[in-house]
Amino acid sequence: MTTLDDRSATIEHLDRGPLTMDELAEVIARDIPEGSFVNLGIGQPTKIADHLPRDHHGSATVILHTENGMLGMGPAAHGDDVDADLTNAGKVPVTELPGASYFHQADSFAMMRGGHLDVCVLGAYQVAADGDLANWHTGRSDAIPAVGGAMDLAIGAKDVLVMMTLFGKDGSPKLVPTCTYPLTGVGCVSRVYTDHGVFEVGGPTVVVRETWGIGVAELRERLAVPLATR
Amino acid sequence: MARTAVLESTDEAVAGIEDGSTVLVGGFGLAGMPFDLVDALIRQGAKDLTIVSNNAGNGEVGLAALLKAGRVRKVVCSFPRQADSFVFDELYLSGRIELEVVPQGNLAERMRAAGAGIGAFYSPTAVGTPLAEGKEVREIDGRTYLLEYPIKGDYALISAYRADRLGNLVYRRTARNFGPVMAAAATTTIAQVGSVVPTGDLDPEAVVTPSIYIDRVVAVEARHYTVQGAR
Repeated sequence: MTTLDDRSATIEHLDRGPLTMDELAEVIARDIPEGSFVNLGIGQPTKIADHLPRDHHGSATVILHTENGMLGMGPAAHGDDVDADLTNAGKVPVTELPGASYFHQADSFAMMRGGHLDVCVLGAYQVAADGDLANWHTGRSDAIPAVGGAMDLAIGAKDVLVMMTLFGKDGSPKLVPTCTYPLTGVGCVSRVYTDHGVFEVGGPTVVVRETWGIGVAELRERLAVPLATR
Repeated sequence: MARTAVLESTDEAVAGIEDGSTVLVGGFGLAGMPFDLVDALIRQGAKDLTIVSNNAGNGEVGLAALLKAGRVRKVVCSFPRQADSFVFDELYLSGRIELEVVPQGNLAERMRAAGAGIGAFYSPTAVGTPLAEGKEVREIDGRTYLLEYPIKGDYALISAYRADRLGNLVYRRTARNFGPVMAAAATTTIAQVGSVVPTGDLDPEAVVTPSIYIDRVVAVEARHYTVQGAR
C-alpha cells in the first residue's frame, strides 16, 4: 500500500540540536512522493505545504486535499484574495490552484475512506509502537469532546504520518508502548516524524530512520519502546 | 407547475417547522451556513429542536444565535469545541444541552444513507475508539467495521449560490460542504440562495443538487458574515 520511499541505514545527526518545527516540516515534505494526493492536518502539519516539491514552473507536484471539500488547495489567502466561501479544514481562508475541484462532504470522506488518498499528516498527543494514534481528546472529564475528521483521516489514507515533538512539555515521551489517551485510530500510523527523530511504527519493532541532536543509545534510555536500527 | 415553492421571504420559508423537529443545518464553520434561514427560525420560535450540523456555532451568529435563544435540546455534530464556540460551551458545561459527537465522515455518510434509502452501513471509522461504544462490530474481508445508522432530518436548512425556479442548485467553492447531502436527507429541504434565475439558465451539466430534493427556495441579499455579525 505504501507510496513512501525506503532507506537503508539509520542516520544519526549528532553535530546539531533537535529540528525546529519548520525544519521538521521540510523533512516530511521531502519524503512525500511527487504526484501524491495529500491531506495536511490542522496545526503544525499545515507548515509542510510551504516545503512541498515543485516542478520547474514553480507549481506544487502534490495535490492537497482539504476534507471540507476540495482538491487542489492553494496557499492561505490574504487581502483581496480572502473569500468567505473558500476555506480549509481549519476554517482559514485559502486559495484555489489551477485544476482544483470541489465536492460535497460525503464524497470528500468517501475518497479518504475509500483508500484514494496517498498521504495524510496529523498531529498527535501520543502514538503507540503498534501504530495506535491518540490525537482527538485529552481524556479530561471536563473537556468538550470534538473529533472533526480526525478518526476518518486516521483510517483513510494509505500512509498516515504523524508530526509531533517527541517529548511533552513535562519531558514525558509521546511515542509510547500503549496510548493512555483515548484512541483516534487503531494501528493506523506508519511513520512518526519528531524533532528528535523519525520512527517507523506498526511493525514488529519500532525502527529508527534518522535522529537529530540525540543518538539511538540515548533514545533507548528515554523511550519505553524497544528500538531497532537498520 | 413546479413542486418547489419559490418564496419571497425567509419567514415564509421556515413556516411550519414544529417544536421537537430534527433540523439539518448546512455549513462548515461560517462557509455555507444558511444564516438568513437560521435567523428566520429564531423569529419563528420553534423550540426543543435537535440540530445536526458540523459545528455547534461560532461567535453569536447563525447556529450560535439559535443556541443562545434556548431553542435547541440536542446537537449532533463532529466538532463543537472551537475558539469561538463559547455559546455552546457554556450550555454544554452547565448541562443545558445534549451532545452527540459523530466523526465528520460518518456524519456525512449517515445523512447520505438517509437520503439514499440505505438502512444502515458498516464504516471502519472510529473502530477501537471511545466513539465505538455500543455499536455493532463486524469483520468483513479481514477488516473491522462499525454499524452506522442513517440520520434523517424533518427539515434541512441549506445555503447555495444560485437556484432556478424549479429548485436546481449550484454552489460556490467550499461553501458546498454539507448542502447536497443534507438536501436529500430531510423530509422538507429549504434552500437560501444568492439569486433565483429563470428555469433553463443553469447549465444542466453543472447542477449539483437536482430540484427533486428541494422543497422551498428563497433568495437572500448577499451579506458578509464574520463571527462578530453581518455587514
